[in-house]
Amino acid sequence: MPYDSVVCVKQVPDTANVTADAMKDDGTVNRASLPAIFNPEDLHALETALEVRDRFGGTVTALSMGPPKAAEVLRECLYRGVDRAILLTDRRAAASDTLATSFILSQAIRTIGRYDLVFCGRQAIDGDTAQVGPQCAEKLGIPQVTYLEEFLAANGEVARIRRNVGHGWEIVETRLPALITVLETANEPRPPSARSVMRFKRARVEAELAAEAQAAMPEASDAERRAEVARRAEVLRNRGLLMEQWDLDRIGADLSRCGLSGSPTKVYRVQSIVLTKEGFTAVPATEEGVRSLIHELVTDRTLG
Amino acid sequence: MIMIEPNRQGEVWVYAEQEDGSLHDVALELCGKARQLADQLGVQAAAVLPGSNVAGLAQKLIAHGADRVYLVDDPQLSHYQTGSYARVMCALVRKHRPQIVMYGATPLGRDLAPRIASEIRAGMTADCTDLQIQDVTDPRTKTLHEKLLLQIRPAFGGNIIATIVNYDWWPQMATVREGVMPLLDPDSSRVGEVIREAAEIDQASLALKLIERHVESRKVNLKGARVIVAGGAGVGSRENFRQIYELAGVVGGAVGASRAAVDCGYIGKDHQVGQTGTTVRPALYIACGISGAIQHRAGMEESAKIIAINEDSQAPIFSIANYGIVGDLKKVIPMLIKAIRARQ
Repeated sequence: MPYDSVVCVKQVPDTANVTADAMKDDGTVNRASLPAIFNPEDLHALETALEVRDRFGGTVTALSMGPPKAAEVLRECLYRGVDRAILLTDRRAAASDTLATSFILSQAIRTIGRYDLVFCGRQAIDGDTAQVGPQCAEKLGIPQVTYLEEFLAANGEVARIRRNVGHGWEIVETRLPALITVLETANEPRPPSARSVMRFKRARVEAELAAEAQAAMPEASDAERRAEVARRAEVLRNRGLLMEQWDLDRIGADLSRCGLSGSPTKVYRVQSIVLTKEGFTAVPATEEGVRSLIHELVTDRTLG
Repeated sequence: MIMIEPNRQGEVWVYAEQEDGSLHDVALELCGKARQLADQLGVQAAAVLPGSNVAGLAQKLIAHGADRVYLVDDPQLSHYQTGSYARVMCALVRKHRPQIVMYGATPLGRDLAPRIASEIRAGMTADCTDLQIQDVTDPRTKTLHEKLLLQIRPAFGGNIIATIVNYDWWPQMATVREGVMPLLDPDSSRVGEVIREAAEIDQASLALKLIERHVESRKVNLKGARVIVAGGAGVGSRENFRQIYELAGVVGGAVGASRAAVDCGYIGKDHQVGQTGTTVRPALYIACGISGAIQHRAGMEESAKIIAINEDSQAPIFSIANYGIVGDLKKVIPMLIKAIRARQ
């Protein structure tokens, strides 16, 4: 029997490869200089969804929440064969913590309507919280299966999954629909298909068209630009290249549960860690020397 | 379900993670932390213990600092699954309104805690490495909030340290990394109260069926370790490696080894760091009696900070170390252990 899947994907700064170029003079990280990438584990979630479609039939819808630039990861999804791509972008969603984010994503998934499986990467490399998947599952009122390593089988309303439990594995059966979070050990994501790249490289969301019109027609009036965006959007729509762009109104989200007002946790303080290796310090092999070393490591939070 | 108001008399809670009848170390570490936070707040510390046939574990939680244990003993809880355990926790949080709930940032804790947070619409901070109580003024409203829980965690790939608070939207909940809170010696003379709570577990919360399970006794987790204490040939014997374990225990770190130490039979291959072993990038790597061959360095030079201890001042390990101690391990390691214990 065919299964319809939704895959949640996120564009993230490449925190794993912080190089000297990304350092400011004071030794802290310049986030803006980091390349934006497809969150690694989300690629494995996408691959799992595509494999399920290959085996059982059905559809795969990619869903991303982020600024207009996040449309880049949705194009990557189209290059790998998803049937539908939706960008949820809205300034009112900014500053959402995991609770507000999962509320918004769950509303978007409800709006998509029919689904048997929701796949997410276990966690995103910018926050490393691993919370949005389980929280989405709760908001949708469906079971969650975290840390998938292998999608073993599906039969009617039941799927069988092998999950990693840290010091071993277990095989569980879940009723469907269910939300599954995927580890990077699950599979080898397929590369983009050359044919799909040729076909979808011009795919855009409207917000991108607006930014392109702004750059191409700096002298034009707002009305002229709007007309140009509408014209381009129509051309793309007719060719199946206009990706869907949703805002919070489109998904009927209660605004008090989105953004800052929907977020119980607030960032109170952020300290950058100086990444450059300081020069070598010779520590005398004495009680005093060792004590001051430990004091230094506690002060700079190397030791908890 | 509307959000829960702050309850300043609320207890400090620990989720007591157990598996097959034995408590996870992190639950005991958190009992000690809960004791400390509860004393600062002038409230009680409690542990919540769901499971089947787990009553015998309650005293251990008390010995590690809990004043009270909420015991939920039910055959339906014999195997962990998210739905049923979340149902139990949510019911107890609503009933007793704790001000703080801590969970170990284990695979299980990171599966369970966000589900609970979502259901009761509370905040949740993942993977904390420190928790403190402090008065905080909200910069937006200028309101002073007394005795908030500062939830301190690395973020952005470990490149920043963020401090998270919940101003007026409680309970304050966090998962805490294993090994960052010291495991205190148990005090078996401590007296606490065990309160049995009934579980209301409906079929809807038991959506998963366990088919097969294969777990090994806890394997060496070098990849996930924030601190690694590694020994090389210079440690000298299997017996001497105990010192390495002891230091790792005190800093809440994992034990690593160079290939030379493994080849000498001082320690198992699971612990090997380097080109043919595991590649690691912890916050702190303490290399004890490791000369620092290129194959070893390749597996650990990305560590944020490196301390090298070696008798040979010319050892190549010093070329990549941030701190170098030239000296005898048998003398230096006890000094380190003493200094670390002293600051706790």
